[in-house]
Amino acid sequence: MNRYLPLAITALAILALATLFLVIAPGMQISAQGPTSGLKPYTEAEARGREVYVSLGCLYCHSQQPRSLAQAPDAERGWGRASVAGDYAYDAPHQLGTMRTGPDLMDIGDRMPSQAWQLTHLYQPRAISSWSIMPAYPYLFTHKDKAGPDDVVVKLPAKYAPKSGVIVAKQDALDLVKYLQGMTRQYAPPKDGLRDNGYALIAEKQREATDATKASN
Amino acid sequence: MQITETLGLLLALSFVISLLALTILIWAIANKQVHTPDADDARTIFEPGEGADTDAPNDPHHFNAARAGIDASSSSVVMWLIAAAVFWLIYGSLHGLAASLELHLPDLMSGTAQMTFGRMRTVHLNSVAYGWASQGGLAAVCWILPRIFRTELRMTGLLKTGIVLWNIGLAAGVFAIANGWTDGLEWLEIPWQIDIVLAAGAACFVAPLIATAKHRNVHHIYVSGWYFLAAVLWFPVLFVIANIPGVHHGVEQATMNWWYAHNVLGLWLTPLGVGAAYYFIPKIIGKPVYSYALSLVGFWALALFYSQVGIHHLIGGPVPTWLVTLSVVHSVMMFVPVIAVAINQHVTVAANLWALKESIPLRFISFGAVMYTLASFQGSIEALRSVNTITHFTHYTVAHAHLGAYAFVSLVLMGVIYQVVPRATGKYWPFPRMIAWHFWLNVIGFAIYFFSLTIGGVLQGLAQLDATKPFADSVTLLKPYLEGRSLGGGLMTLGHVLLVINLIAIGFAKKTRETETENMVAAE
Repeated sequence: MNRYLPLAITALAILALATLFLVIAPGMQISAQGPTSGLKPYTEAEARGREVYVSLGCLYCHSQQPRSLAQAPDAERGWGRASVAGDYAYDAPHQLGTMRTGPDLMDIGDRMPSQAWQLTHLYQPRAISSWSIMPAYPYLFTHKDKAGPDDVVVKLPAKYAPKSGVIVAKQDALDLVKYLQGMTRQYAPPKDGLRDNGYALIAEKQREATDATKASN
Repeated sequence: MQITETLGLLLALSFVISLLALTILIWAIANKQVHTPDADDARTIFEPGEGADTDAPNDPHHFNAARAGIDASSSSVVMWLIAAAVFWLIYGSLHGLAASLELHLPDLMSGTAQMTFGRMRTVHLNSVAYGWASQGGLAAVCWILPRIFRTELRMTGLLKTGIVLWNIGLAAGVFAIANGWTDGLEWLEIPWQIDIVLAAGAACFVAPLIATAKHRNVHHIYVSGWYFLAAVLWFPVLFVIANIPGVHHGVEQATMNWWYAHNVLGLWLTPLGVGAAYYFIPKIIGKPVYSYALSLVGFWALALFYSQVGIHHLIGGPVPTWLVTLSVVHSVMMFVPVIAVAINQHVTVAANLWALKESIPLRFISFGAVMYTLASFQGSIEALRSVNTITHFTHYTVAHAHLGAYAFVSLVLMGVIYQVVPRATGKYWPFPRMIAWHFWLNVIGFAIYFFSLTIGGVLQGLAQLDATKPFADSVTLLKPYLEGRSLGGGLMTLGHVLLVINLIAIGFAKKTRETETENMVAAE
């Protein structure tokens, strides 16, 4: 290893190989799938709400990728079926997430469709669940003496309610709730969706092995 | 089904290519088809007759007249980088600590959007990854390369332009994130418009370092040079490709995201840390590394395997099965380069334990090197599907990330700073005992941090896999472990403050070694 040029070329060639395998090849395979049939693009309000979600960094505590039953009981928790690549066709930036300090949100619109619940929860999560460690987002709301005709008033228990006047949702809060309410997958599940089936394959192999042992006995 | 088979074939192909390349390399070394680096090559970092380079009281550090010109060329660039790196270390630590506190005291700082957890945490990551570790690593590069090549650092003006651009870009990026303007991908949050400034800054580093390599006065490129020269090419390429806007969306973007994010660790921060350890461990001890030929295998195996591990961040997710398997297999193969590096670095230290007493910088660096071995072993095991299913979405991952980025990379770089600054400035550290305090605060603080999150993370993962337990259980059980993390993080931050105090004090200190100063001037 005494010459610079061969070192540089080989090093960059290895990176190119990795890019081919990790980005280009899967990218082609995934884009060939297209959106899952029945999946709708975001409405304007939902798209704005998604921007609020991204900008506040919800991603760092909430995943959007329920796992398969072969791996984890996500579906039993009501988090929805295992997601496939086509479910994310309209997502940019993607928000798959890598952390579950809070629950998965892929199907939060199915679980918690109520606007009132979502607004209270965003204003002060501990008003709903005393154990919650989610941040409160008071800056998505305003404190008014009296609600106007178009204002959405946040329902709060006495402990968290202001001494006088009302708490009213700002546009950002309303948009964010629209986005969360839209997080449902009521369309038909895809037949051959693309996802990591590693755990299902392992389970299948284990079943086959047990069956074979039983048969030989 | 057809396409799955094709892709399965591709998967096998990638793995076979990696294995074949490695086998050919080992065959070539065994049969002397390539020039195998040997003990003489390993000694290229020493002057004839040079001994240990500790700062023990009975062995004050010497300043080699022959190298004084090299010192003069790199000193100011290195000091700029260290000053900037340490600023971001403090800035990032305070944000990390705040984010940690917010997880168990959620109403502590909820008044403004800038201080919400999702932004604090992200400012922390970007500050420490791109501000602290990247610039601290570049300081090591700018110090070591001229020395192993026995030539001056070239184009220092361009390097300084790069430092200025990089820090302006990073400050703008961090300000944008705090105020809600983000690209929204982990490790790629800084808006692409600002990334143009950062990319320009990174580009300014490439030409000077290549020019320095071109002018080298040694036949052999020492192993640190391989890691550094490859890394300074890898990072700009990765950074630019990953930040091109509008190319990907959805799951395609997710695979790109983790290709990038794990390569920032594998092909950028890791080579910087490993390369620095490969230079300073033998240099401080005064003896070459244990088995220099092995370092060649370690380097190429790292490049081949580490570059393809990223998709283990998406195990069990909506990505193709073959792709996940590919990354799992390569994650496990990481045992090869890691063991190669471990044999070289740890055996050298283990045979010279006296040096750990004499040199506190060596204590930092060799502790960091051991943590590299442990972090990598842990990473390989964590990527197995059976283990990953417990740890994937938990704070266990955060503990692992800090074992790599903090206990390994950051501790090595702190050791580099303690070793280099006296030699770059011609001064002694004003408060040497504070350095030992810093070391122990970091080690103890990190131990509390790591074990809290590791244990808490496993319990969190197990609770989430148990369908009979409500989700709330996984949150409430975590609380004491999150508090432990804040305690550990607080001690770590305190250690960093001691570094800053010493660094500011050395800035105001007088030059203590007149002879060295004369040599420096004379050589110019």
